[in-house]
Amino acid sequence: MATDPVNLQIYLACGALLFVMGVHALVVRRHLLLKILAINIMGSGIFMVLLGVAAGGEGGVDPVPHALVITGIVVALSATAVALVLMLRVKAATGLARLPRSGPED
Amino acid sequence: MTRHRAAATLMPLMSLALAGLLVVAVLDLPPQSGLAEPVAGAMDRAGVDHPVTAVLLNFRAYDTFLELAVLLLAVLAVWSLGRRDPIPARPVQGPVLHGTLRHLIPVAVVTGGYLVWVGSSDSGGAFQGGAVLGAAGVMLMLSRPRELPMLPAPLQRLGLALGVCVFLAVGTAGLLAGHGFMGYPPDWAYPLILGIELVAALSIALTLVLLFLGGRHGH
Repeated sequence: MATDPVNLQIYLACGALLFVMGVHALVVRRHLLLKILAINIMGSGIFMVLLGVAAGGEGGVDPVPHALVITGIVVALSATAVALVLMLRVKAATGLARLPRSGPED
Repeated sequence: MTRHRAAATLMPLMSLALAGLLVVAVLDLPPQSGLAEPVAGAMDRAGVDHPVTAVLLNFRAYDTFLELAVLLLAVLAVWSLGRRDPIPARPVQGPVLHGTLRHLIPVAVVTGGYLVWVGSSDSGGAFQGGAVLGAAGVMLMLSRPRELPMLPAPLQRLGLALGVCVFLAVGTAGLLAGHGFMGYPPDWAYPLILGIELVAALSIALTLVLLFLGGRHGH
């Protein structure tokens, strides 16, 4: 049940690119909601690479990375929920849901 | 603001460099069979037929237990931070909303239950089932076909903690019975795993709805 290696490489490369898109947005964007979304996109890229690696072995699909990914999804969801509530607290305290720094607009 | 200008021009270049490095690195990964063979070799003792469920609830049950604990911690953190703004107003109730809900909610409940049940032999499991049930709960919370009272606070807390508590109780019982912490007797593995998954799915669904409400109350 080995996956076609070319398909697999597309998945791996797209996972890496998703991760970098997340890193870029995390640094460039100033709005906290966009930063939280960026971290989620980084996580999705990592999950994609993990699933690609799991399908790349010779002995069929490796179930352990799949279990890791579903654990990761749940942890990412919990972290996102806490981050969103923190963002709302920042907004309630400062009036703005973005980092206080002058610079080029988003 | 020249410093920010410099950062704004440098960042795309650095992202491109990182992208190049990472793509080369992941494409250069040596093929490896990972842990597929050890898992396949231990499947006769797993109590379930699906390897991912076997890893999640038997071989690495400790991780899944801590994952449920992370969900519980997230609710506690969200509740501690508090949120006082009201949830969105009750939408105008009409025949389309009522009819849709009347069909969607039972379908979601059956789908969620099926996903938990099928997890032992096919793709599915407590988290998938819990997510579908949680989505039904969020839908109900947003549309509010009737002004239902919120679940009483003690029941909420009991429901949230039930998954972790049952998992911990079964894991400790395994330790006392000599199968190691989070170990099951092989003959009992299937009913124990199914029981843990059912309770965990209910706790996960409730956790998701309460995370969505974010410490607000239904009124």
